[in-house]
This record gives sequence, C-alpha cells and structure tokens, in this order.
Amino acid sequence: MLRFLLFRLALLIPTFVGVSIVAFAFIRLLPGDPIMMLAGERGISAERYAELQAAYGFDRPIIVQYLDYLWGLLHGDLGTSVVTRRPVLDEFFTLFPATLELSLCAITLAVFLGVPLGVIAAVKRGSWVDQSIMGTALVGYSMPIFWWGLLLIILFSGILGWTPVSGRISLLYFFPPVTGFMLIDSLLSGQDGAFRSALSHLVLPSIVLATIPLAVIARQTRSAMLEVLGEDYVRTARSKGLPPARVIGLHALRNALIPVITTIGLQIGVLMAGAILTETIFSWPGIGKWMVDSVFKRDYAVVQGGLLLIAGIIMLVNLIVDVLYGLVNPRIRH
Amino acid sequence: MALLEIENLTVEFDTSGGTLRAVDGVSLSVEAGEVLAIVGESGSGKSVSMLAVMGLLPWTATVKADRMTFQGRDILNLSPSDRRRIVGKDISMIFQEPVASLNPCFTVGFQIEETLKTHTDLDRKARRQRAVELFHSVGLPDPERRLGSFPHQMSGGQCQRVMIAIALACGPKLLIADEPTTALDVTIQKQILDLLLDLQAKTGMGLILITHDMAVVAETADRVIVQYMGRQMEEADVLTLFESPKHAYTKALLSALPENATGDRLPTVADFDLENTPSTGGA
Ligand SMILES: Nc1ncnc2c1ncn2[C@@H]1O[C@H](COP(=O)(O)OP(=O)(O)OP(=O)(O)O)[C@@H](O)[C@H]1O
Ligand SMILES: [Mg+2]
Repeated sequence: MLRFLLFRLALLIPTFVGVSIVAFAFIRLLPGDPIMMLAGERGISAERYAELQAAYGFDRPIIVQYLDYLWGLLHGDLGTSVVTRRPVLDEFFTLFPATLELSLCAITLAVFLGVPLGVIAAVKRGSWVDQSIMGTALVGYSMPIFWWGLLLIILFSGILGWTPVSGRISLLYFFPPVTGFMLIDSLLSGQDGAFRSALSHLVLPSIVLATIPLAVIARQTRSAMLEVLGEDYVRTARSKGLPPARVIGLHALRNALIPVITTIGLQIGVLMAGAILTETIFSWPGIGKWMVDSVFKRDYAVVQGGLLLIAGIIMLVNLIVDVLYGLVNPRIRH
Repeated sequence: MALLEIENLTVEFDTSGGTLRAVDGVSLSVEAGEVLAIVGESGSGKSVSMLAVMGLLPWTATVKADRMTFQGRDILNLSPSDRRRIVGKDISMIFQEPVASLNPCFTVGFQIEETLKTHTDLDRKARRQRAVELFHSVGLPDPERRLGSFPHQMSGGQCQRVMIAIALACGPKLLIADEPTTALDVTIQKQILDLLLDLQAKTGMGLILITHDMAVVAETADRVIVQYMGRQMEEADVLTLFESPKHAYTKALLSALPENATGDRLPTVADFDLENTPSTGGA
C-alpha cells in the first residue's frame, strides 16, 4: 500500500509539469493580454503599454517567463492576480469552499439517486420501469448543461418563483465565513431564515451539476448489477433463504459497487468541468466562475494557477478513490 | 412418508428461439437417510430439476409437476416467503463451482453466520461458536482463524468444505449436491465425497448427488436415476442398475467405466442405438 501511494505521488510530478506547460501556453495563445484588458475600451498609449509590460515582466522571452513561473511554483508561489493584486493561492482558498459545497451536494445527489435507480432498473430489467429510468438517464446524459440550467431557472425561478436565480444566499443575510460552507455557516450564524435561503440557492445548481454524473452512475450501476446478478454467489445467497432485499442490496450490490466506485471517481473531472458552466449560469462565486472571469481578463497567473490547482484536486480525488477501491475489493487488498 | 417426492416434473424456459423443455416428466423420491444419485450427460436437465425444487430458477422458467412435496407438504405452489423458511434450513444445496459460489466481498465466517442468523435465534456469540464447530466438522484446519478468510484466500477444496458447512448449518433434512467435486483436483475429489457421505451417515439426512461419474454412483448411491435429454430413462437401486441395466443409454454409461473396457478403446454413448430402445421413464 505504501509503495502504491509513493508511486502515485511520484506520478504527480510529470503531470504537474505537463499541466503547467499547457496552462501557460493556452492562456497566451488567446489574442490580447492582461494590460489591454485592464485598459479596457479607453485604450492605452504605446509608451504606457510598454512600461506596464516591462513592470509585469511580459516583455521577456516566453521561455524565460515560463522558467520564472516554474521557479515560483517550486517555492509554492503561484503568482499574483493582475486584476485584484492578491496572491492566486489566497483567492483560491477564498473561493474553493463554494465550489466544494456545490460539488459535494451534486455528487451526493448523483450517488444517492443514481445507485438505487440503477439497482431498480437492473432488478426490473426489460420492464417499463427499467425503460423509463434508462430513457431518462440517456436524456440526462446528453443534456447540454447550459440549456438545462436556463430551463430550470425559467421554470422554478421565473414561472414558479420557488428558487432564487443566482448567488449563494440572499443579500439580507450577512455573516463572516467560518467553514466556508454556506449551509453550515448559515446555521452557525443563528440568523432566522438564513439556512433556508442558503439551501434554496443551492438546489438548482446542484441539480444541474448532478445531472450528467447521475445519469452515468445509474447506467453503470445497472450494467454492473446485471452482471453480478447472474453470478453463482447470488444464487448461493438465495439458496440460503435470505430475503431478496439482502440478496440484492448486500450480496449483489456490494460486488457491483466495485466498478461503480471507479466511475464515481472519473465523474469528479466531469464535475469540475460542469462546475465552470454551472457557476457561470448561477453566478455562483466559486473557482469555476473565477476561472472563466480570469480567462476573459487574461489574468495569466490566475488561469495558470487555477488550472494547476484543479488538476491537483482531480488527481487527489482519484488517488482517494483508488485507495477506497482497494478497501471495498478484498481481492486487491494487501 | 418420503422426504422429497416429485411426480412428472417439467421445466420449460422461455428463450428468444421459443420454448425450451429442459426437464420432461421426471419423477423421483428420496427417503431420509438415503443417497439418491442422478446421472446423465451434460445438458440432460439434472441441475435444472434440482434448482426447480429449490425455487432458484430464473423467471423465464415455468415449472409444472403433478406433485412436488417435501415432508408431505406441497412445495410447488409455495409463497416466496414460505419457501425461504424451508430453503437453506431444511433443504440446502451445494454447487459445482465452490469458489464462485462464495461471495468474494465477505469473509467465509460472515457467510456462514448469516445463514445461522436467518434461520435460528442464536445470538452473535453462539453463532460464532456454532460456525467454529461446523468448520471443524467439515475438516477445515484452524477453524477460528478460517472464519476471517476471504474465499480467494482458500483453495477450491476448502471453499467446497465451507459450502458444505454452510449447507449443514441449520441441520437440513435433505442436501442436494450438484456435481460437488467436478471442479476440484482429482486428489481432492475423493476427500470431499467421503466427507459428504460421512456427514450424511452421521446426520441421517437424505442426499441427492448429481454426477456423471458412474464410478461415484457405484461407490456411494443407494438408488440411481438416469436422465437423458431432459427425460428420465430409468430409476433403480444401484445393484439392479449395474447388474441389469434396462436402457441402452444406461448400458452405454456403464460400459464407459474403465473396468468394462473391451479391446483397446472405450465405448462411447454414440456406439449405442438409443432411438430404437424402449425407455422406461417419461416418454
Ligand atoms: N436459464 C436458462 N435458460 C434457458 N435454458 C436453460 C437455462 N438453464 C439451463 N437451460 C438449459 O436446460 C438444459 C438442461 O440444463 P442443466 O443445467 O440442467 O443440465 P445438467 O444436466 O445439469 O448438465 P451439466 O452436467 O453440464 O451440469 C440445457 O439444455 C440448458 O441449456
Ligand atoms: Mg448441472
């Protein structure tokens, strides 16, 4: 287990170098630069432009800029935002809890709905129940997130007026962040209605973000269950006179979950990509929206650092999933 | 009163190519303390007929019989919950692939204690105790430690011993063993068979032994049923069958025994003209 962990950690190094090059190149390939964007429509004189270029070091050869950036990384310095003048890492830690809260809600929703739906579909395979679950999953899977988000906003916020359109909590409430999770902080604040407000802001973005992972998990659970239900040990479980709930929910599901856990791990990347769109639609102040805003402002350091951090999170989660996989599958436990 | 009585059992499967009759008019009865062997080549419906008794066939199967009783009680039209009270307790079954028959995600201790938990009201400690006794009685060394093993950490023979222990956990009146040794090493086969017969003799339960090994039949069974293509060819006690087999198929099976070989090659079933011989059972 220790060797496995060390090996996985060693793999992080080339991955980080790769991501840093891609992130560095990607943002510079876009036309325009941070100074032009800061100047805005008023424009800027050529002398002043050159002066600022030099001040930020953007006039140096690209390879020097990259090595300088890498040098900073090695010292744990992700650079400073040109726009806010705050260190990238500080900004990240301010915004990350919002994304984490949204992602956790979404993945919880996806797992706790997707797994049971997949199990039901497998047990009732071929029936109308199976067909409607799988049909819905297919629609969910191919749903363009942007369009789906807008549709839900129009229905629930516009027509029904049940949920707010954007943000994490109503402007009526204000309290200092403690955990960074709005649901918990609103409870801690003790303010009347704050929790309700936070929850109602969270519902739609969570549903939107959960849709694709939910569909994928339901489909994967169904096919894993179908395979497992034909196994000899399921027949043995039935031959012992165990109730169907135990045969399916324990003996079969426990085995079916092994591949499903891998799928859930892979959905974390999908979730991050989805968070960028979802946060933009719902003006959710998380790192997805932060990334998009920074790309528009050509905030080099933020885009580079943000992508690197997101890549790090995805790798960390995958590592956790792999360890978890070893724990649920006794055959590869050492 | 016979332990298990079946009259004219048929099992049909709904398949994409139409209905498939896997078992066609099989009748049998087993007494307590008796060993009944069912022989027949692959695909002759041996497993399917016993799975029908256990209620373990998939929903595509239709089971019909004039009579199917266990201890005089009808078990054909049993509600699923009533059946679960009998299956695993009074009738239990072990299978051909012992390793695949155990759940890879749970320790064997968990899997045997679960049976005890379902059918008895022993508490946790008593279940543990009973599991150790059972493992001991099926000849598993170091039973306490074995309880914590996963199936993949054990050999095929040990897994089959675990399966036997699970099957015997609640003191069944009838044990159905579906080719319990086929998947095992030749050296282990005899050990497992001896164990089964030993336990059968000790407990006085009825034993149905499915096999296609006539030598095993000769050694172990009181009575034999010969099945061919889903139909019952004959039923006889072992001595009668071996001395005067009525059906050509039975003769074919018997002559395939090594000691009956003539010349330098073994006769096979194909050497016999099956179509023109009157059959005793079914058809
Ligand atoms: N679930 C099923 N669906 C359709 N047909 C089936 C099913 N299970 C078994 N059969 C068919 O029923 C017939 C009898 O099968 P069965 O497993 O009882 O044979 P067997 O005598 O036990 O053979 P073996 O010695 O190989 O175990 C076979 O032709 C098989 O293809
Ligand atoms: Mg069989």
